[in-house]
Amino acid sequence: MRLKSGVVASLFAAILGISLNAQAASDTELAEVRTQIRQLKEGYEAQIKALEQRLQGLEMAALKAEPVAAKTEPPSEQATARAGGEGAFNPAISIVLNGAYGNFSKYPYRYAISGFVPPHNGFSPGTRGLSLRESELAIAANVDPDFRGNLLLSFDSANAVSVEEAYFQSIGLGNGFSLKGGRFFSAIGYQNEIHSHAWDFVDAPLVYRAFLSGENYADDGLQLKWLAPTENLIELGGEIGRGKDRPGSNRNKNGSAAGTVFAHLGGDIGESQSYRVGLSMLRTSPHDASINDVNSAGADVTNAFTGKTTIAGADFVYKYAPNGNAAHTYFKLQGEYFRRRESGTLAYDTTSPGAANTASSYSTAQSGWYLQSVYQFMPQWRAGLRFDRLDRGTVNVGITNLANLQLVDYNPSRTSLMFDYNPSEFTRFRLQFAQDKSRQNITDNQIVLQYIFSLGAHGAHKF
Amino acid sequence: MNNNIKTLFSAALVAIIGVTALPANALNVFACEPEWAVLAQELGGDKVKVTSATTALQDVHHVEARPSLIARARNADLLLCTGAELEIGWLPLLLSQSGNKQIQPGQPGYLEAAASVAKMEVPQLLDRSQGDVHPAGNPHIHLDPQNVAKVGEALTARFTQLDTANAEAYKMRAAAFQKKWHEATQKWEAQAAPLKGVAVVVYHKDLSYLLRWLGMRDLASLEPKPGVPPTTGHLSELLAKLQREPAKMILRSAYSDPKAAAWLSERARIPTVTLPYTVGGNEQAKDLFALFDDSIQRLLTALK
Repeated sequence: MRLKSGVVASLFAAILGISLNAQAASDTELAEVRTQIRQLKEGYEAQIKALEQRLQGLEMAALKAEPVAAKTEPPSEQATARAGGEGAFNPAISIVLNGAYGNFSKYPYRYAISGFVPPHNGFSPGTRGLSLRESELAIAANVDPDFRGNLLLSFDSANAVSVEEAYFQSIGLGNGFSLKGGRFFSAIGYQNEIHSHAWDFVDAPLVYRAFLSGENYADDGLQLKWLAPTENLIELGGEIGRGKDRPGSNRNKNGSAAGTVFAHLGGDIGESQSYRVGLSMLRTSPHDASINDVNSAGADVTNAFTGKTTIAGADFVYKYAPNGNAAHTYFKLQGEYFRRRESGTLAYDTTSPGAANTASSYSTAQSGWYLQSVYQFMPQWRAGLRFDRLDRGTVNVGITNLANLQLVDYNPSRTSLMFDYNPSEFTRFRLQFAQDKSRQNITDNQIVLQYIFSLGAHGAHKF
Repeated sequence: MNNNIKTLFSAALVAIIGVTALPANALNVFACEPEWAVLAQELGGDKVKVTSATTALQDVHHVEARPSLIARARNADLLLCTGAELEIGWLPLLLSQSGNKQIQPGQPGYLEAAASVAKMEVPQLLDRSQGDVHPAGNPHIHLDPQNVAKVGEALTARFTQLDTANAEAYKMRAAAFQKKWHEATQKWEAQAAPLKGVAVVVYHKDLSYLLRWLGMRDLASLEPKPGVPPTTGHLSELLAKLQREPAKMILRSAYSDPKAAAWLSERARIPTVTLPYTVGGNEQAKDLFALFDDSIQRLLTALK
């Protein structure tokens, strides 16, 4: 510091000196300049000294401040620092902002899964151009010492707000039991319980589109789960519900119209690997379940199915991270298989003017699966590959409707490739390419660029 | 298919009933981090059975509620975690999935270590523009031995409350540990005297308590904001800053990515010190005493 002030002063002197040489200097002028230099020098030195003292003081204070705070502040004082008043019991709120740019080589509105009923059902794999995707508002808090409440609303690009989940959950039934009630994502399969913003790909597996509600199968009902007192995870559970969504039909019926059972087994293999495998089954009895279809002329018709639907599935997820530290790199492999059996009556074209309204027996045994992997090759960057396939299996339609239902013999498939960049834990930008062969003789090349932002309360790292 | 599922279910049930016969005498402690696991073992001795949810090589912020963790939480009598939102991403899920009434917040079986100590770096501005900030303050509290002593006291109180039959044994173990710990702390403070005032660069704000205790100066972090991985832009700025205001060394914890520290180390020509951070972070850090011994030795070696 001293050295610096010296340098500054001599610099000043040099500059002044140069300007002085340019003039013919008289003695008085020289004396004047000398005093000026001295004054400048003294002024700077005083200022620098003051600054040095200030710096030293600050450094000392910084060193002292923390330990002092630590010693004088009893922990109880920190608790009282929390905000009081009416707002003190506000629940945890989190928001997910989700949107995309879509490029589809085939008209998304005409999307269908050939050979499967329902082939259309108003489902679209995305929107061309820029659009909002399912954005979400989640609110959760403990209700009392025994229950926790959750509400999740979703907003779509068409301004529709829907109640995705709204349920209570027991906190401490004890002995490994937990109870859930209200509207919730069923524990069938693996991905079904995961919200779309936490999926590894933009869209749901084909088999979810063909057999379940398209995204997540939710129902209004009750779920009871039991966790075994073992080293590894053994979880058994069951659900009853009204079967409000496909494959159910939101019946006008007392009692329940849908039931689920599931079993999960999971654990670690050493420090770096972990897994979960599961079996699940959903049984529902739809009554006049409305099914959108098109007739041979390409016009929309509505069919209705009444009968019994059983969907049984097996799922697994395996994760590998060196030393179990997923912050740098990890690998995830996930697959699900579902088999659907339907038996009952199918009424063709029930609503259009002059409807054909022909009913026939209808029974199927069909299956579908997907396998996907995601690899985080460096912090913040991931790549993923997914393969989807549906197997048309056997379809038996009564003679009256055989020609009406255009159930072609075709096994739909899709391949998707994904890259995402996650600048922070709360931000994700994703690029996905997919070659979708859901429709016979049609290949839809899809490119989706997606953003997902999470705001508010910290989200959960679900396995 | 249906019959197959039924058979599997009953097979699973039989398996479970077989395993249910667990030894009921030892207190099952589920520790979220290795430092608390070894502290619980130290203070509980043979009266407790301890498991740690994470290892020293894992970034505790980025752990998932794995099936094995849910299963272990279900069987715990006491959950011992840091708290202060360090485990915010996975602990709430473990608690809600565990179906275990005893370890829920507010129960005697739930103990947050950070609740026993005063936190540093309580954010003035609670906003994610500041990175992944923890509202209650810096949760990496265990690298100040005084904090370990305080958590030890709280833990002993909880042991005696949960397992009254062995209360005397816990108290005796605690007295012995606290004495030994206090002596060790004095020894470390004497050893670490040359470290006072030494300026360092850290990777993440996970060494703040250690630096404060040793009177070292934390100049900057490799992370531009807490929880945001280092960027080349930020590292270049850091390099320029270090030329104006030199630091003696770069400190990183064993679980963090070594690349950024290596980059800066090479260009700023100062050594990188890899600290074990917690028990198991390197071969030497086998227990809490060794953790501090080793950390201080590494810092002193780098200073020479």
